[in-house]
Amino acid sequence: MTNTTVRHDFETIAAWVAPGSRVLDLGCGDGTLLKYLTDSRQARGYGVEIADANILACVKKGLNVIQNDLDAGLSGFEADSFDFVILSQTLQAMRHIEQVIAEMLRVGKQAIVAFPNFGYWRHRMQVLQGHMPVSPNLPYQWFDTPNIHLCTVKDFEAFCAQRGIRILERVVMEGEREIGFLPNIRGSVAAYRIERG
Amino acid sequence: MSKLIVTPQTARFESPLTLKSGATLPSYELVYETYGTLNAGKSNAILVCHALSGNHHVAGVHSEHDKRPGWWDNMIGPGKPIDTGRFFVIGLNNLGGCHGSTGPSSINPQTGKPFGASFPVVTVEDWVETQARLADRLGIHQFAAIVGGSLGGMQVLQWSINHPDRLRHALVIAAAPRLTAQNIAFNDVARQAILTDPDFHGGDFYAHGVVPRRGLRIARMLGHITYLSDDAMGEKFGRILRTGAYNFGYEVEFEIESYLRYQGDKFADSFDANTYLLMTKALDYFDPTHHHQHGSLSETMQAARAKFLVISFSTDWRFSPSRSREIVKALLDNNLDVSYAEITAAHGHDAFLMEDPQYHNLVRAYMERIVEEA
Repeated sequence: MTNTTVRHDFETIAAWVAPGSRVLDLGCGDGTLLKYLTDSRQARGYGVEIADANILACVKKGLNVIQNDLDAGLSGFEADSFDFVILSQTLQAMRHIEQVIAEMLRVGKQAIVAFPNFGYWRHRMQVLQGHMPVSPNLPYQWFDTPNIHLCTVKDFEAFCAQRGIRILERVVMEGEREIGFLPNIRGSVAAYRIERG
Repeated sequence: MSKLIVTPQTARFESPLTLKSGATLPSYELVYETYGTLNAGKSNAILVCHALSGNHHVAGVHSEHDKRPGWWDNMIGPGKPIDTGRFFVIGLNNLGGCHGSTGPSSINPQTGKPFGASFPVVTVEDWVETQARLADRLGIHQFAAIVGGSLGGMQVLQWSINHPDRLRHALVIAAAPRLTAQNIAFNDVARQAILTDPDFHGGDFYAHGVVPRRGLRIARMLGHITYLSDDAMGEKFGRILRTGAYNFGYEVEFEIESYLRYQGDKFADSFDANTYLLMTKALDYFDPTHHHQHGSLSETMQAARAKFLVISFSTDWRFSPSRSREIVKALLDNNLDVSYAEITAAHGHDAFLMEDPQYHNLVRAYMERIVEEA
């Protein structure tokens, strides 16, 4: 993986992470984002991941990775022990979202959440045409998708408001472009920096 | 794959060793084997700590015709996950052992008779001390890694606390920060089997020309039950009868009985009863938090500087994944580098000695990183 192919949402997340931060990346996959944060922001990080192949990929990259089921909570981590707890493109596949977000805000001073926006116009079109959406950000068919808790920009913001979670920053994107106008319709990916209210 | 042929060596130590128990050994010997070549900077050494019934013969064979390779030959050797083409690997028989290092069955130079019951109880900390002395003897100040499974993993943990600067990496496999009551209980049943065998003679059975075979056999049978998972036993043996019918007697009928008795007999023929007692006692006593007022593992691990790879196995109920996670948490609390993997494996505690692709690939990948950083 070279830096030229770094995903745009990774750059957004990296911009939020202060240099030298202590970072916990939940559902870190093969460690691409964590490695990017380690290399570009000198972050001291740990990944949490459940899949064997991803654990191996992270170890190959020389990253710290902990094999754990996120839905079982973060009891292995002390309160306020990380500057940032990151959940990138994992939220929609979690079973216990409320618990996970609460745990992120317990363990981290701040949390960063990025997810595919179900309210994206292309997704809406496909629903109107009578189909479950399939797109580069939602690349699965309805019967094999790991995504069980899809939400929109509006939904997530309402979720935070109801729980007194403070949204510090939001970036909504379509591909490499940042979307300012009508984000819930025009944005395919949303990223938020949040903290306890 | 070229054959790795090794010859055990003996290191004799004449300076007295004061043990945790307060007892002193005026002199002792450690038997060890080495594989691979120590580089000029002496920075590529790896120490392998053995478990309850292990020894110095970790890998390779003793001759061209030797059919029985070392106990971790699938992990260690040329081109293996712990590659002896790159690392200088040391395996030793721990003090108190029965494979050549000074132990209860050795001749006490002061009496000309086996030590027997007079051999002092040794602890994991004592082992770490003797291993450090062996490292000094070989001119190794800092190990690239220290590796161990089960009781071996406990030694790795102790190393990282007692000699934080003497290891860059710690591989703690299928271990626990200390035993639970249930675990101590298993060990005591094993010890009672030996101690109450009429042939034990208070530990001085050598003079009587007998061996407490019955006790050792039962101890080992019990051990094997705890090292395997229920599922693995079911899969391997199930309720299969050797003759296909009930014989209404107490001879071997079920395959599992046959297996356990065979394992018990084999062990009773080859292992020293006093060593078995010592090893189980070292397991029970192991508690690195013992010196800390609050008994906090996180506080204890403050001393550590090494980078850790912690591995557990899903069906291991003797050293369950949750015990490994306790170790991981203590490392995280101290901001230490750690990776943790829970291997999905059917074989219970024994899985750490078996060839599992994910497990071996992980160790291989981790070791390659060690090579790259050097």
